[in-house]
Amino acid sequence: MNAKRQDGTGDRLYKIFIYVILGLLAISILVPVAWVFMASIKENSEFYGNPWTLPAGFYWQNFVDAWNAANMGSYMLNSVLVTALALLLLLLIALPASYCLSRFQFRGRKALNICFMAGLFINVNYIVVPVFLMLRDGDVWLKNVFGSSFLLNNLVVLAVVYASTALPFTIYLLSGYFQTLAHDYEEAAYIDGAGYGTTMWKIIFPMAKPSIITVILFNFLSFWNEYIISMTLMSSSKGPKTLPVGLLNLMQAQQSAAQYGIMYAGLVLVMLPTLILYICVQNQLTQGMTMGGLKG
Amino acid sequence: MKRSRGRSAFLFSCIAPAVILFFIFMILPTLNVFRMSLFEKGAYTPTETFVGLKNFRTLLADANFIRSMQNTILLIVVVTIITFAFALVFAAILTREKIKGQNFFRIVFYIPNILSVVVISGIFSAVYKPENGMLNSIIGLFRDMSDPILWKGEKLVMVSLIIAMVWQAIGYYMVMYMASMSGVPQSLYESASLDGAGRIAQFFQITIPLVWTNIRTTLTFFIISTINMAFLFVKAMTSGGPNHASEVTLSYMYSQKDAGLYGYSMAIGVIIFLFSFALSALVNKVTEREPLEF
Repeated sequence: MNAKRQDGTGDRLYKIFIYVILGLLAISILVPVAWVFMASIKENSEFYGNPWTLPAGFYWQNFVDAWNAANMGSYMLNSVLVTALALLLLLLIALPASYCLSRFQFRGRKALNICFMAGLFINVNYIVVPVFLMLRDGDVWLKNVFGSSFLLNNLVVLAVVYASTALPFTIYLLSGYFQTLAHDYEEAAYIDGAGYGTTMWKIIFPMAKPSIITVILFNFLSFWNEYIISMTLMSSSKGPKTLPVGLLNLMQAQQSAAQYGIMYAGLVLVMLPTLILYICVQNQLTQGMTMGGLKG
Repeated sequence: MKRSRGRSAFLFSCIAPAVILFFIFMILPTLNVFRMSLFEKGAYTPTETFVGLKNFRTLLADANFIRSMQNTILLIVVVTIITFAFALVFAAILTREKIKGQNFFRIVFYIPNILSVVVISGIFSAVYKPENGMLNSIIGLFRDMSDPILWKGEKLVMVSLIIAMVWQAIGYYMVMYMASMSGVPQSLYESASLDGAGRIAQFFQITIPLVWTNIRTTLTFFIISTINMAFLFVKAMTSGGPNHASEVTLSYMYSQKDAGLYGYSMAIGVIIFLFSFALSALVNKVTEREPLEF
């Protein structure tokens, strides 16, 4: 009896301890993020005192300057275009491929599956230099033959590279889902006279909606946030840039010009879309990841 | 016969685009990494000359490369250990104990994972700023700050990187382990506590062994991705500086490409490929256990 009561106080102390630790971790994540939001509406002169003072007022000019003067508006548009195009391409290519690779028997199927699995281990940033050189050489050749080149500093090419390098993970995730479906669906469709294509588009893909949403979510985040490939393939100072690269340039420029407000406004502009998306779909995202299991 | 031809045409048109793109943008560049490492090729010379293993011999004598390799290994070891220890313990606590606001914690801990590394490095530049940065202003409450701590100085830059990387990764792995730990049946814990096993014993003897398969796969992938994440963080936060103190292998490879030494840069690429394959094979071997069923 006595021992049990002691256990009770121990339990309570343990509980409090856990709440303190969890609380501290939550604070260490929330406070810096919230601080950036706060800093984005501060005037430049407010950055020289105590960092914890609240903003004196809403200084929206930071956002206006970031959007117009620092070009974040057009970078945002570029990012939206690249991300949307890459997602569209990825789905159009990966869905039929993973369907066939997981549900049809044909010669070479196993080899292809192994190749795509091996692709999971090739990190995009390991091969960014040869991809860049390949496109640069392509440009040189195009210039010699046709007089103009379009491979580097091109948003469409960037989207194609994004989609191609996301193929192994996407095919892995989608094949995993297609394998769980019973073959009866297709057989019933064939008996009703549907062809392969119709069966795939009308019967199978609608069923795969939850996996497709997971694929879109993960790849949206990785395309939207990516900056190494974008920086390498769009290195021309006059050419188009995506949002993270623009932000990186802004951060580097800020070190000499000390325009803190604009920099933090730029930070908010980059993270706001992902945060809003996350708040809307956080359940799908945190549950979807157990399905995929791994991410590069 | 007609049907079978239709079938082949269908299969071909579905698979070919994926295979072509995968080949052009992943297989071909990978082969090129290995091929170009044997050549001397510069940005300003159109020709390439075969030099055999000369690039690799130069690498072995390159102090900056050795340093970048040491930094990479340091980050892999320390970040992995801290992240996994915290993620496993927190996941166990959140699934086992009845914590109020469990959902809130889960949502908050996952936030860093959805942010771009550029954004994170921006946030941490505000945290680490020597004068009136967040961290120094808090430490300033306890001690004199007349000479501020230089978080991105040569001495502390690796520590700062480790903190940022753990901050970014911890939530993702915690949420993942919460999912797999919630599959462990409650009855196992009940009978264990009847036998007098405490929380810590239960954690090590029930929870960990039962989610071991999951730990093992994620560990391999985490280690591989740390090589890459280290690059993303270094490039955005420090650009390898100050004075090459925070250079990691991939960032060194990238800086050699910027310097126009393509062949040399690709020799580093080959080392990274071999290193990451060897490492994943090693981790896979070391973590091998008999799988347990519940």
